[in-house]
Amino acid sequence: MTPRQHPGRGNPGQGQREAEPAHTVASGTTDTTSATGPESDADPYAATERETTEGRVYTVTGGDWDSLVEDWRHDERIVVNMGPQHPSTHGVLRLVLELEGEVVTQARSVIGYLHTGIEKNCEYRTWTQGVTFVTRADYLAPLFNEAAYCLATEKLLGITAPRRAQVIRVLLMELNRVASHLVAIATGGMELGALTGMTAGFREREEVLHLLEFLTGLRMNHGFIRPGGVAQDLPEGSEAKVRDFMKVMDSRLGDYDKLLTGQPIWKQRLRKVGYLPLDGCLQLGITGPILRCAGLEWDLRKVEPYCGYEEYEFDVPTSTDADCYARYVLRVEEIHQSLKIVTQCLDKLEPGPVMVENPKIAWPAQLSLGADGMGTSLEHVRKIMGQSMEALIHHFKLVTEGFAVPPGQAYSVVESPRGELGCHLVSDGGTRPLRVHLRDPSFVNLQSLPAMCEGGLVADVIASLASIDPVIGGVDR
Amino acid sequence: MNAMADKDTSKDLAPGAPSSAELSSAEQAEHESRGGVVAGRARQGMFGVSGTGDTSGYGGLTLPAYTPAPAQRPYGGWFDELTDELLAAMTERGIPAVTIQQVTVDRGEITYYVHREHLLALCRTLRDDPALRFELCSSISGVDYGPEVAQRLHAVYHLTSMTYRRRIRLEVAVDVEDAHVPSVVEVYPTADWHEREIWDMYGIIFDGHPGLTRILMPDDWDGHPQRKDYPLGGIPVEYKGAEIPPPDQRRAYS
Repeated sequence: MTPRQHPGRGNPGQGQREAEPAHTVASGTTDTTSATGPESDADPYAATERETTEGRVYTVTGGDWDSLVEDWRHDERIVVNMGPQHPSTHGVLRLVLELEGEVVTQARSVIGYLHTGIEKNCEYRTWTQGVTFVTRADYLAPLFNEAAYCLATEKLLGITAPRRAQVIRVLLMELNRVASHLVAIATGGMELGALTGMTAGFREREEVLHLLEFLTGLRMNHGFIRPGGVAQDLPEGSEAKVRDFMKVMDSRLGDYDKLLTGQPIWKQRLRKVGYLPLDGCLQLGITGPILRCAGLEWDLRKVEPYCGYEEYEFDVPTSTDADCYARYVLRVEEIHQSLKIVTQCLDKLEPGPVMVENPKIAWPAQLSLGADGMGTSLEHVRKIMGQSMEALIHHFKLVTEGFAVPPGQAYSVVESPRGELGCHLVSDGGTRPLRVHLRDPSFVNLQSLPAMCEGGLVADVIASLASIDPVIGGVDR
Repeated sequence: MNAMADKDTSKDLAPGAPSSAELSSAEQAEHESRGGVVAGRARQGMFGVSGTGDTSGYGGLTLPAYTPAPAQRPYGGWFDELTDELLAAMTERGIPAVTIQQVTVDRGEITYYVHREHLLALCRTLRDDPALRFELCSSISGVDYGPEVAQRLHAVYHLTSMTYRRRIRLEVAVDVEDAHVPSVVEVYPTADWHEREIWDMYGIIFDGHPGLTRILMPDDWDGHPQRKDYPLGGIPVEYKGAEIPPPDQRRAYS
């Protein structure tokens, strides 16, 4: 960077040099002045600048403030490394921002800080064990990862999960969507300084996690949806628990509208920020709330129903504002819609099997609660250890070796809270996948960050990022 | 076990879709003459054998590599209509029909195995032609079928037509020594990160990509971790220098 010299605060020697140029330019004879364009010849009072050994010398007379300001402005170029350990980057995401003052001229996101090799790991596990790996990818929507993976596995096997399992899947996924959207609002609020939004969001999410713990045994990383159905049936009293939860949510969801939706500061921070229109969305492959906020009613639950979504009645909210505020409003509305689906699930839950009948795929042991927690039922252990050698072999082989999946490939999609979550599986006929690929919506959607925030203020980067709601576990896998 | 799984598979296929059964010898010859696609590796079985029922574990049985069977017309459903439209659009735009190496219909999904030369033009056709309109490139994934397979590296494109609500798959197979595939970023800007990830993990070079750098691994990393022959580490045990072998060298039954 060349040293700057402020014309108004020159050193003693500078004043003398400043006095000369106006005349020398007019005469056009000097060789010390730098070129200042043709019009300066016409204007005898035009100022000029000179390069000297001490740096550039400015001469300020009327009308040349533009070039001066231009120079100063460019000197405010700084490159900021935001993250990977920054509380407002939604996890270990690193943003490289090139700023001119407060304006972002270029933004790039650097990912990979949470790469854990989930896809590679799955290649050395059985198809069933794969569930426990993929569930950890997008850790805010674990049940969606499991569902996408299991749907693809089932497509490869050519089986369909029984009806009760499908309903349970929908129930769990919609509860999970509520939790995920609540975190999106909560962390988004925190990053923008709306701390009450955060505490409220996490409080309600805790309700969902408590419920999920009751239903599946774990708050997160459930490993509950398995190829062929779900791990086990819902426990006694599930329906009552879910209905209690619905009452709590009904009483509290209105608070978000009171707290945030109409709040002037919240609106000013989000309105007309992070704009991404429909054509940009399609080119960048954006799906989920961002796409729906750009005006396209594209929800895979409607356009390509899976798990029986065609039987449920719900709306797909859209907007044409394509800004951060629209995405916030849309997420709140989607929570309401998800709860509507949850209620319908309760009515559809009829007794029945929750796993395919095929004993070559379904694990034989009905799990039961023992003194040391959930495990293989005592009755089953008694049978395989005492009565049936064949049953023991079968159990052992199915659990250690797993089931073989006919060769081929399949791609299944589900609508995760962040968009299209696809799972591409390739089998070579063995008991382990040859390839597991998760098309994670966070990974794809994060590509839109430069398009949303370049040219805007640096504070709006945070708002844009929060509205994309990337989960780094899913981005890096 | 396989027999049972096969039986289940045959139920849910799309109408008219041939299952991925073994090829007859004549079909096999034709398949190979067209530079057939291998999408699987030969497996040496212990328990995963089919047919003989030998589960002793000592059979040393070998299963041949899986080759996806070329589909025969009619493909069933909208697959025929789409393929006709695609071929017509390709003729219109001067893309040779041999670009499509093979069409496979399996489990209700259609896969076009294509040569890489005209991939970009083909993608542009698929995106822009009014009868095709694959506006969204859902996903691109790399697949490595292992060192013993010819053309082991595959780039798999999942395209979605939002207009017609269809999904297709394009697949390009390349040799590991000449792992070059034209980049489709020009047509689908979303391919940017997908292609970087595949370069990072599989070492496929996407020619024409605006900035093909590593994305998940550190910039100075050696090798491409998701390749099947990427060396994996074992786990040292603090007893007489023993080591738990790396996962690909452990006993496996598949």
